[in-house]
Amino acid sequence: MRILVNGVWRESGAAQLGAVLEELGYRDAVVSTAVNGEFVATGVRAHTLLADGDRVEVLAPMQGG
Amino acid sequence: MLQLYGTSVRSRLLLGTARYPSPAVLAEAVRASRAEIVTVSLRRESGGERSGQAFWSLIRELGVRVLPNTAGCHSVKEAVTTAHMAREVFGTPWIKLEVIGEDDTLQPDVFGLTEAARILCGEGFEVFPYTTEDLVVAERLIAAGCGVLMPWGAPIGSGRGLNNLFGLHALRAHFPGVPLIVDAGLGVPSHAAQALEAGCDAVLINSAVAQAGNPALMATAFAQAVDAGRTAYEAGPIEARDFAAPSTPVVGTALLR
Repeated sequence: MRILVNGVWRESGAAQLGAVLEELGYRDAVVSTAVNGEFVATGVRAHTLLADGDRVEVLAPMQGG
Repeated sequence: MLQLYGTSVRSRLLLGTARYPSPAVLAEAVRASRAEIVTVSLRRESGGERSGQAFWSLIRELGVRVLPNTAGCHSVKEAVTTAHMAREVFGTPWIKLEVIGEDDTLQPDVFGLTEAARILCGEGFEVFPYTTEDLVVAERLIAAGCGVLMPWGAPIGSGRGLNNLFGLHALRAHFPGVPLIVDAGLGVPSHAAQALEAGCDAVLINSAVAQAGNPALMATAFAQAVDAGRTAYEAGPIEARDFAAPSTPVVGTALLR
């Protein structure tokens, strides 16, 4: 499956958002996620199924004004 | 003490955390400013680099309250989704709501702003809307549930100061009970003092400190200016007038011609 993660196309063997995050090295990271522009809370990542072509955003705390 | 959605804060200076030369300089500036609230944001995180995790650790060590923003959002949907993501990561219902309408000035899209504010206030967020000094917009934001207003001083990062002091005076007069935090465009401490003298409750400074030659020293100067401005407001400044009014008594002046 090809998914767009933070603007970069990735091949993933995982089906759920939680597994994709594990695969990409986000384990234990303080991040928030969205799929196709919709917020996906931490608690439902493990059950959120992804489809080919989905856009995933993984955001973390950053400097801001 | 300033009350923001039921939270009391002593410092009337809020500090942005962006554009500092290094994390160490940022930390030094936050301490020097005596700010109790700093603004933060959300950006894409790489699974390998994890720069956001290091930043978040630094902020937590500083022991300050965070005000997450929706910087970079140009639509209601983007801003609302970003607010949801920020609430989860930062664990606060506070959100500095920005919906940008014009890229040269980063002027707020006040139509999108009021709509996003209505949605987020309805969901229990405590919204700090980045707005213009427009009274009608302010009225709509308050009707939407906003308990704080953040009027701009000038375009973000411009350092121009208070472009419309009259507008801020009008806001103060129309909404005496609503905390006003002047956000954006201030360049030097005298701008901050002027905002506080006009009765604004606080200022949010970022670039003017972060980009200064010595950010920590500039943070100290802004803290002093905010204190001076607030003290002057409480002391009751005199009215400006067009012509001279002699301060030395005229009665008893000698006739020496």
